[in-house]
Amino acid sequence: MTYSPHTDADRATMLAAIGVASVDELFDDIPASVRAGGWDVPPPLAEQEVRAELARLARRNRIPEVSFLGAGVYRHLVPAVVGEVIGRPEFATAYTPYQPEVSQGTLQSIYEFQSLICELTGMEVATASHYDGATATAEAALMACRLTRRDRIAVSAGVSPDTRRVLATYCSGPGIEIVTVPIDLSQGGTGTTDPAVAAAALGSDAACLVAAQPNFHGQIEPMRDLAEVAHAAGAQLVAVVEPTSLSILEAPGAYGADIVAAEGQPLGIPASFGGPFVGLMAARMGSVRQMPGRLVGATRDVEGRRGYVLTLQAREQHIRREKAASNICTNQALMALAATTYLAAVGPSGLREVAELSITQARHLVTALESAGLARRRFGGSYFAEVTVTVPDAARRHAALVEQGIVAGHLAERDEPDLRDTLLLATTELTTDDDIDRLVEALAATR
Amino acid sequence: MSVADAPGVHDPSGRGSAFSGATGGTSESVVEPLVFERSRPGRRAVRFPAASERARAAAIGQPVVPEFARRAAAPGLPELSELELLRHYNRLAHLNQAIDLNFYPLGSCTMKYNPKVNEWAAALPGLADSHPFDPEPLAQGSLELMWLLAELLEDISGFCAVSLQPAAGAHGELTGMLMTRAFHRDNGEGEQRRKVLVPDSAHGTNPATATMVGYETVTIPSNQRGGIDLGALRGALGPDVAALMITNPSTLGIFEDQIDQVVAAVREAGAIAYMDGANLNAILGRFRPGAAGFDVMHFNLHKTFSTPHGGGGPGAGPVGVGERLEPYLPAPIPVLAEGDPAEVRANAWAGRSTPGARFALDADRPRSIGKVRSCHGNFGMFVRAYTYIRSNGGPGLRTISEDAVLAANYLRVRLRDAYDLPYDRPNKHEVVFSGRRQKREHGVSTLDIAKAVLDHGMHPPTIYFPLIVEEAMLIEPTETESLETLDRFVSVMHDIAGQVAADPDSVRRAPVTTPVGRLDEAAAARRPDLRWAHDGDEETASPA
Repeated sequence: MTYSPHTDADRATMLAAIGVASVDELFDDIPASVRAGGWDVPPPLAEQEVRAELARLARRNRIPEVSFLGAGVYRHLVPAVVGEVIGRPEFATAYTPYQPEVSQGTLQSIYEFQSLICELTGMEVATASHYDGATATAEAALMACRLTRRDRIAVSAGVSPDTRRVLATYCSGPGIEIVTVPIDLSQGGTGTTDPAVAAAALGSDAACLVAAQPNFHGQIEPMRDLAEVAHAAGAQLVAVVEPTSLSILEAPGAYGADIVAAEGQPLGIPASFGGPFVGLMAARMGSVRQMPGRLVGATRDVEGRRGYVLTLQAREQHIRREKAASNICTNQALMALAATTYLAAVGPSGLREVAELSITQARHLVTALESAGLARRRFGGSYFAEVTVTVPDAARRHAALVEQGIVAGHLAERDEPDLRDTLLLATTELTTDDDIDRLVEALAATR
Repeated sequence: MSVADAPGVHDPSGRGSAFSGATGGTSESVVEPLVFERSRPGRRAVRFPAASERARAAAIGQPVVPEFARRAAAPGLPELSELELLRHYNRLAHLNQAIDLNFYPLGSCTMKYNPKVNEWAAALPGLADSHPFDPEPLAQGSLELMWLLAELLEDISGFCAVSLQPAAGAHGELTGMLMTRAFHRDNGEGEQRRKVLVPDSAHGTNPATATMVGYETVTIPSNQRGGIDLGALRGALGPDVAALMITNPSTLGIFEDQIDQVVAAVREAGAIAYMDGANLNAILGRFRPGAAGFDVMHFNLHKTFSTPHGGGGPGAGPVGVGERLEPYLPAPIPVLAEGDPAEVRANAWAGRSTPGARFALDADRPRSIGKVRSCHGNFGMFVRAYTYIRSNGGPGLRTISEDAVLAANYLRVRLRDAYDLPYDRPNKHEVVFSGRRQKREHGVSTLDIAKAVLDHGMHPPTIYFPLIVEEAMLIEPTETESLETLDRFVSVMHDIAGQVAADPDSVRRAPVTTPVGRLDEAAAARRPDLRWAHDGDEETASPA
């Protein structure tokens, strides 16, 4: 079916007004040599038919009964109120607030989002959001290059491989060199970024050090020390963080991060096979004019009412064109609204409960695996709510569990050949004791 | 809800008056307090269970989060009950204009109706709860959907391959330009080809994208008929040109009637022909850019294929490519690893799965530019776009473009006596007028006219774009607006033209019925207030 309201009578009215005999005449300007021939797009479906087709595809997926998979995307509770708010058509079917007088809902919610991200990160200014955490990280690194007028960056190997891939693609544009700061991934190693190794990689001409807290392997990084070595090299620290962890972990603003980037998906957004998500970016106010993307600011209307507008647009592509700070046009407003509603719904104590439950279950999981003699922690130091464990014959056993609808986390060797026979296991507040029991049982059965 | 339920937008008795009761206890100068200002310590909307005894006991002995990494004070998040929270965002929702409320003819943005069955599909637990790194055997439905959508987009556009990864139109542009550069490098011309040609009517994202890839932008003028100046294009093309980025139909709503010659000239010069697909809604079933010789195009799923704009995202900007750029597509790509493509397609079109078919992600693409986004792109948008394309089917897609073009041409002839029409020729899905006469004769700007439209409960057209038209008003009605709505818009625009002549001051005062009046954008930029602060100044202080 189509969603066009036009009857043949309507079309005849319009054709007559335009003064053409048929709609085909309105396409006469397409040169004959390049006019489309046929195509194989299938016939239309009625709503019940299209529903059946989409239900078929949804059924072809098998949502695991038990999953410890994270690796950057986490299954958290999405409170019902979040879906209700972002489902409102006034938010969902509006566009970029070009006319602020009829877009105060969107604008104020973005201002609230920016404020919440500042609260969470301890930073002074946050953008209206980015496509995802990986592109926010890439844009943060490019921003550091503009701020320092340098064209080399150091990236910790503790940053997620997916993010590092996107970072590499973005840096290839302007020709920015990436130096990877290796981390000790051996059994019993630290699994964290060594500040001395980072300092060596930074040298004296790097624009930034990009490091993740917690890092991809779940380990807690010495961010304060990394900030120090970055600053000593005249470079910025780009901190890549997990937002729910910030109810417990030190705010990046407090340990000296210059730019913060994050994947906002854990804040009320379903995994949805990878998107839509929302990228978070925050920085110091002194850097605001080099920030990419949209910003909303408070102001007054002609009668003195408080109101909100898109501001500092002189950085952006629609004004600056080839001199813009980025080509980014939209943000991810509806996903930012999901994160905003989520943070307001859980509040400070709820966010802390999410983090504490996740942390507790991660430790419960490790104890259960260790006491069953199935796995041991790969690294020393401490971890947050995701943990790398060494499991003999991990690839085979991971695959065997998939057959039973159990995902034993992320098979780390897929991204990191040095991490053979290790699993990266994530827990959240949704991880139950029963989930842990089932994983332990199933793993034991594959011995 | 209806427009009449949207307080402030249509309330003739006074701006935002419907809110003063609703928000109780706030100052007159605040339409709706910030969520922080509604916070009361101890309230909350969501509770979580405590960890079990067993879990807590088992955690003992494991390393704790070390003191050095702990946060001193909790983040200053607001505390609200669920009802207070919901009312706050419902009130904010009332302050928005949206497609579901009224006409939204924002040129270049294709604000068409977003069908609700698309939302139903995207929320199906089997899709919404699918983890992007789930092992392939568990994700066959997601992978099949992506593969099928790519097949459909290829068919619609005439390209031989598609990457779904880019998250927005501008992101698709970046992908296209990175592939362009990789192609020239592989041909040993990476150093030599430094320039990207962009018509003066282009979206700002085109030159900004070229810069991000390290290219220099050269602007090509439009001719008097609104098309690209072919002579100027030929003059600019040479061995130093990497690509032409062209929007077709252009941002003037005009199909480049020499597009065959444009593409031929670009290819002859060894450059890449990039089509900005923002305006694809005008040409479905009529012009297939890949078949016409373009090398690459981005789709805007949020424009042509009806995924909601969300107040500025999420969108999705897949790219289609011809053979020259296919090796450079972002990896991984969903592929049919086992099975006959024709059979799988035929079965899917009939609503059946194909026994033995297996889908996979192909990451083994040595010449790929790499990843442009985490995971696989904005999958939720793929679900909506696939649902939309299947609902409409081939004939429906053709009807979409016909009706979109019909509606825009109808507005052209109905409004040309009231406003200047710089290019009076049949247009495609949008039409650009100029308010220069109103400006010159009555001192009323296009901005004023747009604000007057707000007082009629409609969203105004895009204004001051494209840049090459003085006092531009770019109107895109889309195919989903009824003739009655189009006629009402015509009468609103005529009324405003009359008001401009009779009482220009009243137009300059508009809008007077919206929740807030014109906002001081200069002050916002001069003294940026970009966040609420607990101990803020008078601009952000809590209203008692």
